[in-house]
Amino acid sequence: MRFSDQFEARFTEMLTHYPTKRSVLVPTLLYAQDEAGFLSDEVITEIAGRLDLTELDVRNVISYYSMLTTKPRGKFNVQVCRNISCLLRGADELIEHCEKKLGIAHKGTTPDGLFSFEEVECIGACSWAPAAQVNYDFHENLTAEKMDRILDEYRTKVQ
Amino acid sequence: MAELVSHPDEVRVVAKRFGKGATNIDRYLELDGYKAVRKALGMQPDAIINEVKNSGLRGRGGAGFNTGLKWSFVPKQSAKPKYILCNGDESEPGTCKDRLIFEEDPHSVIEGVIIAGLAVGASSGYIYIRGEYRYLLEIMQKAIADAYAKGFLGKNIFGSGRDFEVYWHGGAGAYEVGEESALMESLEGKRGVPRIRPPFPAVVGLWGGPTVINNAETLASVPPIILGGAEWFANLGTPKNGGTRLFCLSGHVNKPGVYELPMGYNLKKMIYEVGGGIPNGRKLKAVVPGGSSCPLLTSEEIDLPMDFDTLMKAGSMLGSGGVVMVDDSTCMVKFALRIMKFYQHESCGWCIPCREGTDWLMKTLTRFHSGGGIRKDIDNIQYLSENMLGRTFCPLGDAAALPTISIVKKFRKEFEDHLEGRPCPFEKKGAVERLPVFA
Ligand SMILES: Cc1cc2nc3c(=O)[nH]c(=O)nc-3n(C[C@H](O)[C@H](O)[C@H](O)COP(=O)(O)O)c2cc1C
Ligand code: FES
Repeated sequence: MRFSDQFEARFTEMLTHYPTKRSVLVPTLLYAQDEAGFLSDEVITEIAGRLDLTELDVRNVISYYSMLTTKPRGKFNVQVCRNISCLLRGADELIEHCEKKLGIAHKGTTPDGLFSFEEVECIGACSWAPAAQVNYDFHENLTAEKMDRILDEYRTKVQ
Repeated sequence: MAELVSHPDEVRVVAKRFGKGATNIDRYLELDGYKAVRKALGMQPDAIINEVKNSGLRGRGGAGFNTGLKWSFVPKQSAKPKYILCNGDESEPGTCKDRLIFEEDPHSVIEGVIIAGLAVGASSGYIYIRGEYRYLLEIMQKAIADAYAKGFLGKNIFGSGRDFEVYWHGGAGAYEVGEESALMESLEGKRGVPRIRPPFPAVVGLWGGPTVINNAETLASVPPIILGGAEWFANLGTPKNGGTRLFCLSGHVNKPGVYELPMGYNLKKMIYEVGGGIPNGRKLKAVVPGGSSCPLLTSEEIDLPMDFDTLMKAGSMLGSGGVVMVDDSTCMVKFALRIMKFYQHESCGWCIPCREGTDWLMKTLTRFHSGGGIRKDIDNIQYLSENMLGRTFCPLGDAAALPTISIVKKFRKEFEDHLEGRPCPFEKKGAVERLPVFA
């Protein structure tokens, strides 16, 4: 299992921030997932080994956090907020639109592996609702048309 | 990234550097940055605590506890290291203000953390930022590195002979982790389940050491208090509710956005003047005054000053500053269901009343909204909710129950309109109608 140099430098530094090794676990899992795409058995073994934890300890933590996943996802994970402020500004319709446009439902991935789709809880964009994140990028004040444009842009990014 | 708004009634204390490029440390210094910590370095710890106590600053994370008083609970002597923990998990639905602070003025949070540390005798602090806010974590990482480079952090800060370390920490998606004890569990690399209290974090917190946990906005309010004085800050607000607050207006309102208004600002004015009223000629039906955990107010209950004590008297809470307007095209049963789905999803499962209660309530509300409700359900929803109150390790159970109880009590007729297999009377209208979008 190889991570980037940046990952390794950050990991080494983070270990110096806390009195216990284990404290780096949550951010480290997310950074590892960003590089590996998902938390595979191999990644879990590696991180457990580095932090003197059992694999079960690590899996227990993974299953708690909604951003962590042990299953492969699309290159672009489209996460549309379904919570109250977004709901009042058309989140239901936006979700339906995305599902139709991408041809997948909640937690699904397109056959070409490009997009995944997820309904998520409040992402802290309530005053700019309805809102979504694609991977870590925020997209706000969305309409169906705006969403289409955004998805097309991501699609062209890989070509 | 996030758009800024403004209104003439705003009093900018926490937001005074918004839009001014203050993420740059030199710019921050030009704008009075790191002056407060220099001043605090010359003060006795008790003097700092008293200043903050007398300013009437109350926690902006939701519970509204007097910040100086909280700091005073930290024991003077401790065998274990003491810590400051900034809560930047911001996940209370309707709340999007800490995001702006991290984005526009990250150094103000760092400065608040250092001052809190000087006050309680801690020499390190952690700034926890939710995982979804990756770009803000990066802004904070750079701000911390810049502060180290200037000698404001690390050994001998500002040449004072004092040492202070500040570290960043990122989450990975969990509302419950915003709860103070779960936050500590998460920082320690565990599942975010709450701890039993007492002991309170001020006595036994991170790795067993005394820990002050404050919301990001609370900490960003501290430097202005040290510079401007307790009296000035207290006088901005109402008695026992010092200062200003970032109110996040969202939902059915013409000018959504985050506005910094004095504590005690009238809610009706906030909605109709600051927020520009309700779009599409609709009428206001209800308001969520401080994030989804707060009991709702009806449109008849909004002529009141927005401070912690008044909202408490009105049977609700000022909460986290998320003010969500709900118009008369909205089905309140559906709204209650949406709120309950959230809490069911976020319950960490540690306490049975919360885990089972939110699940039963979600199932009942789902069936009810789809037309399968029976009259008995209405009382049952209320009864189940009431039975969650105060029976859990952390207040997530209460957070799920309180808005639900208020919706059943205040909008009972809407529940009755769903009975006897009748389809939801709102389904066709409301949701499909497009709201103005400010792109
Ligand atoms: C379920 C739950 C979620 C919470 N989420 C947050 C949060 O995201 N941010 C926050 O500052 N406080 C949150 N709180 C409140 C914290 O427990 C704590 O009271 C607060 O961080 C203390 O800081 P303050 O006194 O400055 O408000 C939450 C509380 C509960 C019960
Ligand atoms: S409710 Fe959608 S971002 Fe907060």
